[in-house]
Amino acid sequence: MPFDRRLALLVPLAAVSLSGCGINSIPTAEENAKAKWANVQADYQRRADLIPNLVETVKGFAKQESTVLTQVTEARAKATATPLAPADLTDPAKVKAFQEAQGAVTAALVNIRNITEAYPQLTSNANFLALQSQLEGTENRINVSVKDYNEAVQSYNTTIRTFPDAIGAKIFYGSKPMTTYTATAPNADRAPTVKF
Amino acid sequence: MQRFDKFSANGIWRLLAFLLMCCALPAHADPAFPKLAGEPVVDAANLLDPAQEAALNAKLKGVQTTTRRQVAVATIPTLEGYDISDYGYRLGRAWGIGSDAKNDGVVLIVAPNERRTRIEVGYGLEPILTDAYSSVIINSLMIPRFKSGDYPGGIDAGVDEIIKQIQLPPEEAAARAASAQARQSDSGGIPGGLIFWIFIFLFILLPLLRGLGGRRHRRGGGSGIGEVILWSAINAAANSRDNDGGGWGGGGGFGGGGGGGFSGGGGSFGGGGASGGW
Repeated sequence: MPFDRRLALLVPLAAVSLSGCGINSIPTAEENAKAKWANVQADYQRRADLIPNLVETVKGFAKQESTVLTQVTEARAKATATPLAPADLTDPAKVKAFQEAQGAVTAALVNIRNITEAYPQLTSNANFLALQSQLEGTENRINVSVKDYNEAVQSYNTTIRTFPDAIGAKIFYGSKPMTTYTATAPNADRAPTVKF
Repeated sequence: MQRFDKFSANGIWRLLAFLLMCCALPAHADPAFPKLAGEPVVDAANLLDPAQEAALNAKLKGVQTTTRRQVAVATIPTLEGYDISDYGYRLGRAWGIGSDAKNDGVVLIVAPNERRTRIEVGYGLEPILTDAYSSVIINSLMIPRFKSGDYPGGIDAGVDEIIKQIQLPPEEAAARAASAQARQSDSGGIPGGLIFWIFIFLFILLPLLRGLGGRRHRRGGGSGIGEVILWSAINAAANSRDNDGGGWGGGGGFGGGGGGGFSGGGGSFGGGGASGGW
């Protein structure tokens, strides 16, 4: 009987000490970072969805610019063929590959923007203007979601490396630090990746 | 002794300064935003005269009461080197325009010195006030007026168009109002209260009566008090939940309850909307 009672006392004690080791906070931080990554991917997907429409519209006015147009189509195809699963976020090489593929799309889109300026009929086309504002908004969303993701990763990495959560991270989860993301987009250099 | 005192005082100051520095460095540096002071219009760049500002404030508060969505207007003297789209979503998040559950806020930003303007749209309104539509509002209604220096006219035209777009369709507004009313009269119904009184009777009055009857007097009294505390706590919780569910103004996470002031409800922004320059 007294043994049972001691055991009963031990249960809350164990719960408290385990929660001190990050038994809950580590998965919470990890899921948060993964959710933020899902947002980043959704925004890139949104951009990928806009590109065929953009290519069609530009083609209608500037057929001779086919190199630029095939360039963006190819970059898009390559980027959609290089997905990044949330489980691979701890692998810097895979993150880098994704980054480069998306960066190529960004560069190709900048090229398109540069050539369109020579076609006043195109730049005054309502459909093109709408597409352009959607693309701008999407790039903007990508910047925001990347910043949010990097902040979430930073807090996850801090969690698994600091006492006492580091104990739980080592023993229970074998957690590895996630990789922050650097978007090669305008203003991306201002993204606060690591600040204390 | 004096020297020691001086030294330690110096040390303490240094320590304090160091600690302060640690506190002063936030996780991510935001620009210094103007304060949202109880009104939806924050005219930090002084583009509006008081009468126009008051009219705009009244209009925007009206939007909040009819649609539960929030629209704020900010005129900003300096973007501090930030791109307006970068500045905009941070400002929207800092002010928390829109409700935290629906993220249905809009901030119209005008930076006259950088000659930039932006409509920042909360996550929840992105499908309604789209990037393309925001861009049309900016380029066709606002920029032409800003170009000729008519800031109040441009802001007014932009705000009117935003309001028109985020206004609920009439039938939807009526349906929402009806369902809110139905819920309100539902929660006025008895079941919850009846159950509560049955519990009071079973767990408090009965033991008390038994106690008064003479058997185990002390024990009956003690548990009665314990249960009064417990049940009044549960009652309070139940009451607060009833209030949340009833009126649709109650639980939305909106500030602005106190004295008709305007404050953000914790809405978030993810870069939706459009920018323009002139």
